[in-house]
Amino acid sequence: MEFNGTLFVQYLIIGIATGALIALIALGYTLVYGIIELINFAHGEVMMMGAFFSISLIALSGVSADSAGAAIIGMLLLTLVLAMAFSALLNFAIDRIAYKPLRNAPRLAPLIAAIGMSFILQNIGIYWQGSNPVRPPSIIPLEYRSYNILNEWFALDTTIRFRLLDLFVLVTTIPLLIGLTWFVYRTRIGTAMRATAQDREAAALMGIDVNRTIGTAFLLGGGLAGAAGLIALYYNDNGWYRMGFRYGLFAFTAAVLGGIGNLTGAVVGSLCIGLIWSMSDGFMKQYVSGWGAQWTPSVIFGVLVLVMVFRPSGLLGEQTVDKV
Amino acid sequence: MAATLAAETHDSREASHWDRRQVTWFVVAIALFTIYPFVDRALGINRLGSWLPIFVTIILAMGLNIVVGYAGLLDLGYAAFFAIGAYTNAILTSPRSGLVQNGYIPEFLQHFWPAMAISWVVAAIFGVFLGAPTLRLRGDYLAIVTLGFGEIVPNVVVNTPAVTGGPLGLNPISAPPPIPLPGGYDIRFGASNQIAWYFLMFAVGLFSLFLINRLHDSRLGRSWMAVREDEIAAASMGINLVKTKLLAFALGASFSGFAGSVYAAAFQYVNPSQFEFTVSISVLSMVILGGLGNIYGVIFGGLIIASFDRILAEELNGPMHWLGRQTDIAFLEKHDLNSDRLLVFGLALVVMMLVRPGGLFPNARREAELTEESEEVTVRQDQQLYDIRHENEPAVGERA
Repeated sequence: MEFNGTLFVQYLIIGIATGALIALIALGYTLVYGIIELINFAHGEVMMMGAFFSISLIALSGVSADSAGAAIIGMLLLTLVLAMAFSALLNFAIDRIAYKPLRNAPRLAPLIAAIGMSFILQNIGIYWQGSNPVRPPSIIPLEYRSYNILNEWFALDTTIRFRLLDLFVLVTTIPLLIGLTWFVYRTRIGTAMRATAQDREAAALMGIDVNRTIGTAFLLGGGLAGAAGLIALYYNDNGWYRMGFRYGLFAFTAAVLGGIGNLTGAVVGSLCIGLIWSMSDGFMKQYVSGWGAQWTPSVIFGVLVLVMVFRPSGLLGEQTVDKV
Repeated sequence: MAATLAAETHDSREASHWDRRQVTWFVVAIALFTIYPFVDRALGINRLGSWLPIFVTIILAMGLNIVVGYAGLLDLGYAAFFAIGAYTNAILTSPRSGLVQNGYIPEFLQHFWPAMAISWVVAAIFGVFLGAPTLRLRGDYLAIVTLGFGEIVPNVVVNTPAVTGGPLGLNPISAPPPIPLPGGYDIRFGASNQIAWYFLMFAVGLFSLFLINRLHDSRLGRSWMAVREDEIAAASMGINLVKTKLLAFALGASFSGFAGSVYAAAFQYVNPSQFEFTVSISVLSMVILGGLGNIYGVIFGGLIIASFDRILAEELNGPMHWLGRQTDIAFLEKHDLNSDRLLVFGLALVVMMLVRPGGLFPNARREAELTEESEEVTVRQDQQLYDIRHENEPAVGERA
């Protein structure tokens, strides 16, 4: 079978955009896990709630695809900020209600509470937007939905599509990632977070308010998940109460693949998962007959199981030793 | 296997620890469940059909209790074994199954009882297959790997229509042959005869309960609990960690093989959407609500959650809507309790973890582990256990 370069580049673009989106979610897992070693199972649902919040907000505002360009862009920016704030506070509240009382309990207790929170949020999602997938309110004008930047801006004569939506994902995600890196490595509270991740007791002894630090991690992770919710909503042109579960697990796989607790690892892992996702969805079928999107969950969960079993520390993680 | 292990240790202390009240409760419960189908028919309640899935989920909860409650391994993909049990039965006995059509299945296996035994074994084998590579993982990682497995199984089932029927599922599935009774009556397992299915499931449930109780009291059962409480201590006492954990996975899975094959036969239909992640979590919420490691608590938790899921939600809708109309509260009038399933599972997990981590009926030993300062509690208990001095004399370490 001949290598189809055009198709490959096409799925590469989709894969990178998907990977960037997953990275926003995966960072939330990694931030929290790095500090309190909890798999925040409800994280995917926080992202779903961010998406639902965006649906309600945009529908309420009355801005639609017919409005002026400035109103649309302004509304999208406002929704992004508010959805991030909403999800950040939600994640913070979940921590306060369900995880904080279990800080000193055995490891599995907060994990079980997190699974419970995830189901509670899914049910709230059903109350909010019903149990069937919904389409987001139309705010992006029709001619921009399939707007191909390569044709329109660069006047390239190619069938490869780099849609405005792909660009939208990247221009939202990359500044957020840079902002997070700046926050964690350049600010005082970011330093406190890294110190707490290394050794919680020692950090507390140095005068770091550990609870505030943990709260910050939940706020940051939730905010990124809220942004991911809005992006995923328009990227897939649909929102569902189960969207968080699937995205959450794929993002968790990405975080583990990159080495959980490691911020760079989460981004690298996410790009890998995004590429695996898009290649399995569309590119593999010309090599393996019958292959397609229906096998993608098996492939990604297969990656999850293999990484967990053979290299639990991930690609970039350090080997952790179990304490007695 | 189970029988020999149980026979080895039938003098175990806990086995004979039942007081008269517990025996009374047990007998009353059995009697109630035995007369229920006849009451149901006589009064025209027509709820027998809802009890069949409730029994199945309770068997699942008992099996999961082995893995999570006894051995302390959090399994989030238990529905996968349920699916494997159900599909084994379906693939062996359904005339639509590709393997049957191509003549790969010998005639004598295409019946309910042999298929059920094979489902039991196949589910156990998959338990080992999943357990073997994952046992060295830490608790939360193990949970995620089992979750991944639980997602892969239904996905593979959907995508291999030649064997499993794909998203359409398989039907019909062979029912047990009629059981002849003295006096010329037969017990027939037809779609219309729900009493027969009810008692079949009740019997399978009791049989599982008996086996699991024997396992709990056996040498293996005590090793599970030792491993759960402290792996390193258990290993240094000579317990083979790998073997013990593998057997927990295999035996825990095997009961869902039971449940799966009976379920498939009773409903004459298997479909991948019956084995989603929600099923794993609903079963987990039953185990946690009832009390990890306490099998009667687990059965009770299963009764509460499964009967809400299958009966109460529907039955309570009417009165709630009525109340809503009387009080003019639109929410009560419009709300459908059937849409609260996930909330119920989730609340069971969160509230129990926060308020009563041992469950409604905690297992004394297990509770000591899930609460803070567990060390002190166990030390004091042990001292009392081994204290050979006079009873009135306070034990060392006990606060006056």
